[in-house]
Amino acid sequence: MKTAAKFEIKHIQYLNEEGKIVAKNLPDFAKDKDIMRKMYRDMSLVRAFDAKAYAMQRTGKMGTYPASLGQEAIGVGYGSVMTKEDVLVPYYRGTAGQLLHGVKMSEILLYWGGDERGSDYQDAKRDLPIAVPIATQCLNAAGVAAAIKFKGEKIAAVTEIGEGGTSKGDFYEALNVSGIWNLPLLFVVNNNQWAISVSTKNQTACETYAQKAIAAGIRCVQVDGNDIIACRAEADEALKRARAGEGPSLIEFVSYRLCDHTTADDASRYRSNEELQGAWTREPIIRLRRYLESMKAWTEEDEVNMKQEIAKEVEAAVAEFENIEKPLPETILTYLFAELPDAYQDQLEELRQRGTK
Amino acid sequence: MATVALIEAVNMALAYELEHDATVLLLGEDIGANGGVFRTTAGLQERFGAHRVMDTPLAESMIAGLTIGMSTQGLKPVAEIQFLGFIYSALDQIITQAARMRNRTRGRLSCPMVIRAPFGGGIHAPEHHSESTEALFAHIPGIKVVIPSNPSRAYGLMLAAIRDPDPVIFLEPKRVYRLVKHEVEDNGEAYPLETCFIDREGTDITLVSWGAMMHETLQAAEKLAQEGIHAEVIDVACVSPIDMPTILESVEKTGRLLIVQEAPKSGAIGSEIAAEVAEKAIMSLLAPIGRVSGYDAVMPYYKLEKIYMPSVEKVVAKAKELMEYV
Repeated sequence: MKTAAKFEIKHIQYLNEEGKIVAKNLPDFAKDKDIMRKMYRDMSLVRAFDAKAYAMQRTGKMGTYPASLGQEAIGVGYGSVMTKEDVLVPYYRGTAGQLLHGVKMSEILLYWGGDERGSDYQDAKRDLPIAVPIATQCLNAAGVAAAIKFKGEKIAAVTEIGEGGTSKGDFYEALNVSGIWNLPLLFVVNNNQWAISVSTKNQTACETYAQKAIAAGIRCVQVDGNDIIACRAEADEALKRARAGEGPSLIEFVSYRLCDHTTADDASRYRSNEELQGAWTREPIIRLRRYLESMKAWTEEDEVNMKQEIAKEVEAAVAEFENIEKPLPETILTYLFAELPDAYQDQLEELRQRGTK
Repeated sequence: MATVALIEAVNMALAYELEHDATVLLLGEDIGANGGVFRTTAGLQERFGAHRVMDTPLAESMIAGLTIGMSTQGLKPVAEIQFLGFIYSALDQIITQAARMRNRTRGRLSCPMVIRAPFGGGIHAPEHHSESTEALFAHIPGIKVVIPSNPSRAYGLMLAAIRDPDPVIFLEPKRVYRLVKHEVEDNGEAYPLETCFIDREGTDITLVSWGAMMHETLQAAEKLAQEGIHAEVIDVACVSPIDMPTILESVEKTGRLLIVQEAPKSGAIGSEIAAEVAEKAIMSLLAPIGRVSGYDAVMPYYKLEKIYMPSVEKVVAKAKELMEYV
């Protein structure tokens, strides 16, 4: 018997649960206090924004919202190494990556607040809107990456998906074509252990989600998704390769969904408090703070100041969201086509006659 | 001026746009070296290169999803789904992404893309190769659904579909791919989308059809003429949105409407046309609206295919029945 092929999946961790460095060859950025402080601030902002969005849903000021509590290092990790020109193809639990790539907090509030204008990103013009159907974004991202390659641009596309989404055909089809066409694309898999109520052991028989890329011939790696250093380092490597024409990558970020699936969910129905409390000891923000403190890069005063600044930024976004006028009824039809065909004029006229009440 | 069949007219239009618009590209299964299983794209990869005429892996949702992604980034992809019967795994992408990208981004992004697919019965094809499910697509807000019935229309409508700034489903009636040849000038002139074509003028009854069934319908009109019944024949061509003013004007003139469709009878394009005429021109009608259609049945395998398909005789008989109302 000969071995036809052999594979292994690397697991990358630099920063352990106590905030201590546990690996050699620490990337240079991890020694840069400004970069590390910025990422700490970004992760804290995402968490504060999520908490605010959650509270707004609870008080009837906004619709259903999917938080990313405990998974902030993933989006901040890849978001901090994307260039402005790279294209993001997000899914619904990708707030961190979207904010880092120029989408505004007020836009995300508008989207979840039931207003299509929330996807008219002013500072992320090429990014696709949030994908709600599961895994469709992977194929659209492959299309975006194919367009990038077709046009000869030296940029990359990034898409994000939950571990549950990797069960779908669109995910596998996207991996497959990305490998064959050597597309400039990074697949971010947020393995937060739960797809609503389905645990990861009921989602796959694989030891890792990363290995799903092996069947497509794509380079892949698993990282500790609560370790911002690993998240950023691996995303940076993947994006540099993609931009250099070295093809797609898949990174599995192992994290944990500390929140409910969305504001419409109650995770206590299907998972134990014990498990949840255990996961809190591994969350990403505290360990980064410990690391910053060990570098003498963060004080309690910094923390207080940062939290005040962040609260102001979030409040400003909320005010912007709350002050926008309700869309006109006719906008139900006016964006359907570049030019609305004659066949729709009766319905358009009817909408124009209606008030906004 | 070239004398071409419908399938060659599609090829001509694709070649014209590839030649004149560097953002146009084709993708699909077997469309490259093989030129498509029907040879619709024959010679195009050779002429424009593998980066413009791309063979894809075998996955229909993937073809649609790629096409959508490409089209949001300034390209105008034209995708082929090998047979309409295999498009269903791509419906998720078509409905949840292609049809609403412009709407959900308030016009920031759009999908100027075409999905082509041969469809319809009558060529003794295997299971899943012969259905007419155009109504599924007509029900989706945000896409246009176009069905040419002859070579010149295939050329002009394909050009229009590619140039349209929004997604177009372009269904090619494969039974008539090579049935007739027309003179078609390769001049790059598009036909308007969303416009019916009046193929025969008449005063007694309006026959409305589209796609392959236009051939039966025109033959029926000829037979009716021999019996002194002057039928007006309209090719709907764009089944979503439908150019109802042209149909209504004709029905107001003739007072009678017969719709001919290959698709199952219920919940169909014909149902929509009948409902619109009932809403807007019922007072002009001298007789009930008639429909000759396929059955509300699973498309039979080819031994019974002919029984399923509307025939010239059925159209003539139904038209004569409607003429009995005075």
